[in-house]
Amino acid sequence: MALLEVKNLTKSFGGLVAVNDVSFHLNEGEILGMIGPNGAGKTTVFNLITGIFPPDKGEIRFNGRSLIGLRPHQITELGIARTFQTIRLFPNLTVMENVMAGLHCRTKAGLWASILQTKAQREEEKFIREKALEYIHFMGLGGLEFELAKNLPFGLQKRLEIARALATNPRVLMLDEPAAGLNEQETSELMDLIAKLRDKGITIFLIEHDMKVVMGISERIIVLDNGYKIAEGTPEEIQRNPRVIEAYLGKEE
Amino acid sequence: MSRLLTRLKSLDRRILYGALLAAVLLFPIVVRNDYWISTLVFFGIWAILGLSLNIIVGYAGLFQLGHAAFWAVGAYTTAILNIYYKVPILVCLPISALVAAFFAIIISRPILHLRGDYLCIVTIGFGEIVRLFLYNDPFKITGGVNGLRGIARPSIFGLEINTPTAYYYYVLFFVIITIIVMQRLENSRLGRAWNYVREDETAAEAMGIDTVKVKLLAFALGAAWAGVAGNIYASRYTVIAPETFSFWNSVIMFCIVVLGGSGSIPGVFVGTLGMIVLPEVLKSILSSILEWRLLIFGIAMVVMMIFRPEGLWPHSRYRLELRREETSS
Amino acid sequence: MDIILQQLLNGITIGSFYALIALGYTMVYGVLKLINFAHGDLFMSGSYLGLTIISILIGAGLGSEALLWALAGVFIVVMAIVAGLGVGIERVAYRPLRRAGRLAPVVSALGVSIALQNAVMLIYGPRYRVYPKGVIPTIYWQVGGLQISFLQVFVLVLSLILMATLYYFIHYTRLGTAVRATALDHDVARLMGIDVDAIVRLIFIIGPALGAAGGIMVGLYYGRINFTLGWGYGLKAFTAAILGGIGNIPGAMVGGMLLGLFETLAAGFIPQGGAWKEAIVFLILILILVVRPTGLLGERVAEKV
Repeated sequence: MALLEVKNLTKSFGGLVAVNDVSFHLNEGEILGMIGPNGAGKTTVFNLITGIFPPDKGEIRFNGRSLIGLRPHQITELGIARTFQTIRLFPNLTVMENVMAGLHCRTKAGLWASILQTKAQREEEKFIREKALEYIHFMGLGGLEFELAKNLPFGLQKRLEIARALATNPRVLMLDEPAAGLNEQETSELMDLIAKLRDKGITIFLIEHDMKVVMGISERIIVLDNGYKIAEGTPEEIQRNPRVIEAYLGKEE
Repeated sequence: MSRLLTRLKSLDRRILYGALLAAVLLFPIVVRNDYWISTLVFFGIWAILGLSLNIIVGYAGLFQLGHAAFWAVGAYTTAILNIYYKVPILVCLPISALVAAFFAIIISRPILHLRGDYLCIVTIGFGEIVRLFLYNDPFKITGGVNGLRGIARPSIFGLEINTPTAYYYYVLFFVIITIIVMQRLENSRLGRAWNYVREDETAAEAMGIDTVKVKLLAFALGAAWAGVAGNIYASRYTVIAPETFSFWNSVIMFCIVVLGGSGSIPGVFVGTLGMIVLPEVLKSILSSILEWRLLIFGIAMVVMMIFRPEGLWPHSRYRLELRREETSS
Repeated sequence: MDIILQQLLNGITIGSFYALIALGYTMVYGVLKLINFAHGDLFMSGSYLGLTIISILIGAGLGSEALLWALAGVFIVVMAIVAGLGVGIERVAYRPLRRAGRLAPVVSALGVSIALQNAVMLIYGPRYRVYPKGVIPTIYWQVGGLQISFLQVFVLVLSLILMATLYYFIHYTRLGTAVRATALDHDVARLMGIDVDAIVRLIFIIGPALGAAGGIMVGLYYGRINFTLGWGYGLKAFTAAILGGIGNIPGAMVGGMLLGLFETLAAGFIPQGGAWKEAIVFLILILILVVRPTGLLGERVAEKV
């Protein structure tokens, strides 16, 4: 059974059908890429899976369990984390605080524990800080812990967003255009990172326009166009697929 | 003015706070003026109110312009229990806090999803509905326009608190407890969750934070603390009336938080100083321009926001930011 | 039946006041996403200015016939002054804060409201001021069991003219389209060559001007005014704007009328309704926002994630 199964997913906004009867699956441990021209519905698929809004029709199952009707934070707790197409960090908070956000759902100190500062709470706080620093260093942000997120250069902001998502200890990491705006050096670092994450056991699902990235690291790719899934296969198969070529060349680049 | 503040802020914190604590503890002994001691008691109650609203507005970033309603719920709960049922004031304290919190949860739950400006108007609405309820007194328990009188003073082990100096230390105790609790919350998992919700609610929810629960807790806690302030206020003045719990006072509380520096505990004190004590001070010195007081007030609010929208004493995480701005300009 | 009709008439008269003020709120909110707390006080300034100018004219010996015709001039002058006030406020208190977060503009708007109220109080005194009687001739007509006064007709006709003009402007002129575009997206509007700052200034001319007109009419209709007028009317007008769909101009008109009707009927038929008038208005507001936040005519604008 696949880790994530999406069947007949459909979503309309007003008169516009953004996602039309899309089905695919995500196997544990793989890197799945999702490509398609702008407006194809890719981010909408992400939003549906992560519970930002409910689908009109269709099924989404994670580890056999239906995700429909769950709120985003519950889905994150189950083990699916994501980054956003337009970076959504907490701009006026520090790098450290941003990463600690990811640890919220993995810890449990509540109101009373916080006020009374019980031993368990203090140890948990220590754990949170240590873990956060681990993720910060892992993502190459060491030394920047107390910088405000909004002051970071673009490339580092993208890294911070990934660090924050990683802090939720996900089984599936969904990246929405992680290479957008990165230069060559940063892009190649990103590809190394994704491979490293996969080796750590995290399943990766990414939306990307940069073909070098997608073809370079994805094991499988699905292609959306105008809300429909028009192709699925290995990078080589997709590159040769006439429908895919038509979808891209038939439209503005 | 801002250079003075920067200098003050860079002094070794411990020396500063130590000196402040000593001054605060010794004040009634050194200054034997009942008027000023009572003014500081008033200040203390308002500081607690400011700190309670700081949770909702400063930490969680939720608009709340009807906070006086929670204050009223606390005060009237205390008054009703004490006058009609002879419940001792100190026993009324936790009850008032709980009733206020409960009330907050009930009214905030259906409106939590509203965006900032709408939430703003709705909270004004609730504030007014509560005040009108107290004023019109449909169930004949709130005393209507005249309010309730004859509220007892608190007594600890038979010792009654009824002098300005006694009240000074009584309120000081609560202020210190409030500061400690706020500090602990600020640096806790819940405190951080409030920050995340304030900065970007959608992202917070996506990172696994139950934003509904977090916002409800902000309202409940803010209300509970306002309820405490209500209890203290009721027993201090022994008379309460609906006009105290007006939109105007909700506005003052809101301004205390924002003008002081939302989310910052020292900021709330600075804000309270500016909004409560300063007018009192000016009143006695410049009685001739009493009428102009409010006009100056309004203009001052606008000026403050234009020149220092982050408040007089913003949260420490911004200090680096501001110091950079100040040195470069 | 007659009583109901009478109340309906009273209701839509009051409703037109709310509608005129609501239009100011809805336009400012539509373009700037800012609740202009000072708007109600601009409306109030209009009524005081109207009082002053009418008193001057009467003092100058203008007879009641000439006065009636001069009224048009009074409206224009007052609307212009208040419009100027509005533009000034926008420039000084709101424009610098456009990028300063969500809390600062609210405090600033509250500050302006407080300052304006108290400025008026200092100039005119805290007591109620009485509008000169008989500016509008007290003529009544009996239509069936209904009593209509000239004053009511005056108010309704003038309001209708103002609202129709605004509607035509917004929906059938280029400038009006520019306003609508700016309301949808500042940045795109700018890219299309629209001077957003100029549009904002225009909004702060039209809104306060309409409010001022409403203010004069309130003074003429009720006969007395107070510097706290802005608060009550402002809140109700805002409720009306939300009822109709904030940012939606026909919505503000519809909302205003409905609110006026509802308030009059409630006060007339619910025992002790008068004391709870404001609470009822607030409850309506809260209910709308919870159940149907887009209002009756508004559109849903989804957040792009």
